[in-house]
Amino acid sequence: MTLSVSDVKRIADLAYIEINDNEVKETLNQLSGIFDLIETMQAVDTSTVEPMSHAQSVVQRLREDEVTEADQHGLYQSIAPQVEADLYLVPQVIE
Amino acid sequence: MQWEIVIGLEVHAQLSTQSKIFSGASTAYGSPPNTQACVIDLALPGVLPVLNKGAVERAIKFGLSVGAKINSPSIFARKNYFYPDLPKGYQISQFELPVVQGGNIQIQADGEEKNIRLTRAHLEEDAGKSLHEDFHGMSGIDLNRAGTPLLEIVSEPDMRSSAEAVVYAKTLHALVRWIGICDGNMQEGSFRCDANVSVRPYGTEKLGTRCEIKNLNSFRFLEKAIDYEARRQIEILEDGGIIRQETRLYDASKDETRTMRTKEDANDYRYFPDPDLLPLEISANWIDQVQSVLPELPQARRDRYMSEFALSAYDASVLTSSRETADYFESTIKQLPAQVKLCANWIMGEINGQLNKEGLEITACPVTPSQLAALLERISDDTISGKAAKAVFESMWNGELEKNVDAIIAAKGLKQISDDSAIEKLVDQVLAANEQQVADYRNGKEKAFNSLVGQIMKATQGKANPAQVNTILKKKLEG
Repeated sequence: MTLSVSDVKRIADLAYIEINDNEVKETLNQLSGIFDLIETMQAVDTSTVEPMSHAQSVVQRLREDEVTEADQHGLYQSIAPQVEADLYLVPQVIE
Repeated sequence: MQWEIVIGLEVHAQLSTQSKIFSGASTAYGSPPNTQACVIDLALPGVLPVLNKGAVERAIKFGLSVGAKINSPSIFARKNYFYPDLPKGYQISQFELPVVQGGNIQIQADGEEKNIRLTRAHLEEDAGKSLHEDFHGMSGIDLNRAGTPLLEIVSEPDMRSSAEAVVYAKTLHALVRWIGICDGNMQEGSFRCDANVSVRPYGTEKLGTRCEIKNLNSFRFLEKAIDYEARRQIEILEDGGIIRQETRLYDASKDETRTMRTKEDANDYRYFPDPDLLPLEISANWIDQVQSVLPELPQARRDRYMSEFALSAYDASVLTSSRETADYFESTIKQLPAQVKLCANWIMGEINGQLNKEGLEITACPVTPSQLAALLERISDDTISGKAAKAVFESMWNGELEKNVDAIIAAKGLKQISDDSAIEKLVDQVLAANEQQVADYRNGKEKAFNSLVGQIMKATQGKANPAQVNTILKKKLEG
């Protein structure tokens, strides 16, 4: 698979990462290297192998439906950049 | 051209657990901001999600109640997008292998039974809330809702009108409440609908380009938004235009939908299995356990009421509109098994009417099933007339005389006169005082009969048994 400069810019956009034109080229090379590696791996015949969703063959442990967390919002908000009326404040976002 | 509207619904039902889907924080509604957002909900570094058994159990319950396949293993995936009320930068949801696969819901549309196929139902976490006002150009974030368990129930595009979509949504709403997995409170956002709407020339198979309408938090808005959106699409197509696939928002104040985002700038969610969560295994044993505590479902009860009690489809539907209503009905008839129809009529009429008037749920009904049965028993044994029963009911509703039926009847002097000799005596008196009308009746004036009945009822303040009065009066006039 060959990546283009516009692919890299699109991915950066989706990931909310700012990259300048010099970095685009370097990133393109790095990402292409990763795709080459994937291509090599895809040469292995896996048609008879069941896909796995996790690297370990163990199953999810479940917890009982109980409230175990106490309110500590004062503590958590002490490290927030800006708080008002118990709300975390962020730069305005309106879709 | 004739157009056909094609609708599929995605419903987010908030599951009625005590704690969140991946953390031990409370899910209670309406608490002060951020008092129920713990380190996991805030996505602080180093935390790990642990799945809530209660959320999985509710999803299994739903799957079994719609005849779906329960997937095991079932996989959790990350759905990636950026928004400040989603602190992790991804929502934990399901993509491949949702807990519930397939299933069917029967709806009653236009007097006919219709099957709506379900695609899937998957578990996911809710996001927080953004408040955009009053923070000097900043947005306020409340993460109490972040991590609340949701079951997203996705239907196939099987509905053909807004009315059908509303019936489906209402049926689903009743079902999730019936099986006790969601409180269904739409004002609090516990049950939210998104509608996928497209149109196609009538008689064709190929689906048109669809638009997704978000933000539908009432059945009325659902209906209006679909109607508006279908009209909009038909107008564009009839003018020779094409429909763009996009997400639209319904604005209730203007009764219109408008573009929220188009397909081109839609998020690429980059789903992938969440490495923090292992595959979920649901054993056959667990499924059997859930099945064994599943209540009799609304559809089954409705059918049973029709076959066992010979009630009409309409009556059976009203009585099974909620599990509480159906339970109330069954408790009542348990005490008065010979008067099923009378019980049904009173619950659908007086009880529902009073509840609606006072905005009460049947669980808060001041007249209990056994009190209602005691009252109706007095109608069926001819102690009081139906009309007098309504007066007694009103007294019971208001808590008079400890809601004791016989005490109220006695206090109000409502006991019906059912003694033949007493009624005969009254009839004789009235006949003697109304010779003219007696003569009129005998000369063929049928109307005179009703007038005489009226006089007798008036003389007894409405307490004479009307059926007996009719019989005795007829006998005397013709005898």
